[in-house]
Amino acid sequence: MSQRIPVVEKILSANDQLAEDIRKRLDAAGVFSYNLMASPGAGKTSLIERTIAGLAGRNRLAVIDGDVATSIDADRARAAGALAVQINTGGECHLDAFMMKSALETLNLDLVDLLIVENVGNLICPASFKLGTHRSVLIASVPEGDDKPYKYPGMYRGVDALVINKTDLLPHVDFDMAYFRRGVEILNPELVTFPLSCRTGEGLEAWLEWVAAGPDGGQARDDRE
Amino acid sequence: MHELAITESVLKIAVEHARAAGASRITDVHLVIGQLSSFIDDSIQFYWEIICEGTPAEGAILRFRRVPAELHCLACEAHYGLNGDDLACPECGGTQIRVLAGEEFNLEAIDVEGDEEPVAASTGADG
Repeated sequence: MSQRIPVVEKILSANDQLAEDIRKRLDAAGVFSYNLMASPGAGKTSLIERTIAGLAGRNRLAVIDGDVATSIDADRARAAGALAVQINTGGECHLDAFMMKSALETLNLDLVDLLIVENVGNLICPASFKLGTHRSVLIASVPEGDDKPYKYPGMYRGVDALVINKTDLLPHVDFDMAYFRRGVEILNPELVTFPLSCRTGEGLEAWLEWVAAGPDGGQARDDRE
Repeated sequence: MHELAITESVLKIAVEHARAAGASRITDVHLVIGQLSSFIDDSIQFYWEIICEGTPAEGAILRFRRVPAELHCLACEAHYGLNGDDLACPECGGTQIRVLAGEEFNLEAIDVEGDEEPVAASTGADG
């Protein structure tokens, strides 16, 4: 005999629940946290290096680095002066709350003010998996092209801030900033945006201020869930 | 690629609910997927057939219900659906929009069969 059982559960509810626990743990430790997402090569690690250097002596930073393989990124963050933990996802295309939890267990949060999580380079999967971080940040870079908001709406919709990296290359590539910004506007109106160049340092100051401000750094919108 | 993690999650939730209801076998799994969510039915189906083996959900049919995107223009108040890939308002070209529907990704219900076998005998789906 067949019977229908209503479930009505978000499919990622287990991940979401764990992400909430992580958020509470970070709050209790007084750590403010950022989930940095981008495609491979957009400049996540470079921005992290710049951020560590720029906030040295002001905020104590820790970095959790997610990659399919290698510890290159965590090594770079450590060399720049932060506490760093590497997560190798072994093929998974994103970090999830479970990986985040294990990484947190290896960090002494008493030594940390700001935590940056460098997600796996990917514009699709990381958007679906909450990590418990306070802010989600997307790094777009000029050479990737101005059509990315149109092609990856899920990623652009879910973030609290957008960094547009490699602006020093604008004179050399066909990147229509107005078209790009229109795409962003549709998906995420009034999104906090930081055009900058990790290479030249132009525009970094505003980004550093925003990161250092932590909870006071503001959030574009609160109505997405 | 993230569909494997997703499918594992579907299986886990389905089996938990079946157990709680004292059912030994899941025959159908009803999923609701919004048009704007980035999950691919075919991939979920592919992983499903592999991972549900040996669980109470073995052989269960995945039934997908697609929810069309429903958008609302904040400038001219138009309600509209997805037209191509551009989410902007087709009436006024407005880019200040609100998504009313289309981002769902839920497990709505399962169909189960209870038989004489004790529920505890079913195999776990954890891991």
